[in-house]
Amino acid sequence: MAQTITQKILAQHSGRSRVNPGENIWIDVDILMTHDVCGPPTIDIFKREFGESAKVWDKNKLVILPDHYIFTEDPHARRNIELLREFASLHDLPHYYDVGTSRYKGVCHIALAEEGFNRPGNVLFGTDSHTCTSGAFGLFSTGVGNTDAALIMGTGKIWVKVPDTMRFVFEGDLPPYLMAKDLILSVIGDIGFEGGTYKALEFDGKAVFDLSMEERMTLTNMAIEAGGKNGIIAPDEKTFEYVRSRTDHAFEPVYGDPGASYYSERVYDVSKMEPVVAKPHRPDNLANVSEVAGTRLDRAYIGSCTGGKIEDFMAAAAILEGNEVRVDTFVVPASSEVTRQLRERTMNGKTIWQVFLDAGCKMGHASCGACLGGPVDTFGRANGTEVVISTTNRNFPGRMGSKLAAVYLASPLTVAASALHGTITDPREVLV
Amino acid sequence: MKDIIHGKAYVVGDSIDTDQIIPAVHLVYSMKIPEERQFYGRYALCGLPETSQGLPAGNIPFTAPDRFKSDFTFVIAGTNFGCGSSREHAPFALQEAGAEVVIAESFARIFYRNAVDGGFVIPFESRARLIEQIRTGDVLTLDTRTGVLLNVTTDTEYLLDPLGDIAEILKCGNVFEYARRAGMMA
Ligand code: SF4
Repeated sequence: MAQTITQKILAQHSGRSRVNPGENIWIDVDILMTHDVCGPPTIDIFKREFGESAKVWDKNKLVILPDHYIFTEDPHARRNIELLREFASLHDLPHYYDVGTSRYKGVCHIALAEEGFNRPGNVLFGTDSHTCTSGAFGLFSTGVGNTDAALIMGTGKIWVKVPDTMRFVFEGDLPPYLMAKDLILSVIGDIGFEGGTYKALEFDGKAVFDLSMEERMTLTNMAIEAGGKNGIIAPDEKTFEYVRSRTDHAFEPVYGDPGASYYSERVYDVSKMEPVVAKPHRPDNLANVSEVAGTRLDRAYIGSCTGGKIEDFMAAAAILEGNEVRVDTFVVPASSEVTRQLRERTMNGKTIWQVFLDAGCKMGHASCGACLGGPVDTFGRANGTEVVISTTNRNFPGRMGSKLAAVYLASPLTVAASALHGTITDPREVLV
Repeated sequence: MKDIIHGKAYVVGDSIDTDQIIPAVHLVYSMKIPEERQFYGRYALCGLPETSQGLPAGNIPFTAPDRFKSDFTFVIAGTNFGCGSSREHAPFALQEAGAEVVIAESFARIFYRNAVDGGFVIPFESRARLIEQIRTGDVLTLDTRTGVLLNVTTDTEYLLDPLGDIAEILKCGNVFEYARRAGMMA
């Protein structure tokens, strides 16, 4: 019987030809990723269960990317980095990206892509809910807690319940004022932020395959905001090109069977969609930008795994170039590679970095930054009653630091347009 | 897993995310060192806006400001409890505070899995909207074998959904023992 791409990948990794939604199975893991917040407690559990001197199951498959609490003086946060460093050196881990070295990357999900760990057909787990981002490359990826990660660290195996798949088809040509963020916020608003609980969210259709890999990652990144277990997009030539430029590692692409059965299917015509925001304090609190236009802002934020990629900044820079922001605008590249590209790529003879500086933006270091609030000295953290428009993925109370802050989520185009006016603004008003 | 669990209820609303269960700023404490891990108990559920702390009255902190342990054994929640991040610190913080059971209309997937695989708290699902029937401070008795929940304060009985597949992991204590029994771990 026909199976979805998610079922087929899970079946292959459990040594079977077929698995059914709802079944609990044990699978082999290709890559385990952890970071500075969840890595140290994962290591503690690993030692407790497998012994102080136990070896990780396969050091080539463990990727450690400190990214959350990096540019802070908080002593506990700094201790976490020390613990990772010690563990990596003790186990001689080839894929540890240490802070303060040229290997430092930044936000783990973007680094996984850049370093070639997102390989089509694979199974990837990470101690971070947005691990679903990697699914943009046609692999099964999902977030787990420290305990599950410790079990994988010791055995390379984990149990999963095979999810049903919800299919989202985006047809048509994407207008220049829309980005992947508008599409995924619309999906989350439509199905609700638990509408995808336990499900695989598969994105399909011409408009999806027209997107760059960066933009595809914005779609899969926010599968978790609808409660999804994984987000996934079938691989194509763009995927292969990206992956091959990053790694020599072999991979075997997997595709869904024609006629596979889906839990649900929704079809969107992107040419008729609108720029949208998620209003405070839930990612499914959807509104068209036109409905909230004029809302006064204190701050704009462009960053994170979902909104701090090079394309996000190119989009924002196109609007900010030659203009000045009216509210505090924080720019936080997701990774050091993104930072490098901001300093290399140009627009009207200026580097993108300079475009932001000239527009009056405050420039941060590659990391998670204030996406999750973080220690109180975190760059861009909301510490009061700020009204913020942000390219990040969550706006629950307190997410960006203060429970009293109100956060609107939107595309980089909408955030940049709003930063210019100091009020929520439809990007069509400023795009020429 | 204990057969009978008895204690006080703490009632919260819908869509309580992991930042409200344990705000990100507190995730820096060691989960191992006893003097530090107790802070997870102190800060459990402190991210709830004050008016949502302990329904229906509100303004009842889960753990009193100067304490490390909570008076509440049960957390009673609406839909999508534990949505948001994958932080295992969330079910861990509830356990550190002394909670043993969370009863919700529905759970977010990762929280649910973490609660079970780590053996932190038992996640029961309820069809009935208990947050409108149970009040913070009510005394409850739960039989985990049958799913029968008695509100001693109001003398009302409810039947919770069966635990299903996860009962086996909960009986093992955590996922490691479960993996050993499944032959996946030495
Ligand atoms: S950027 Fe934000 S959402 Fe992404 S991994 Fe970091 S904290 Fe999580």
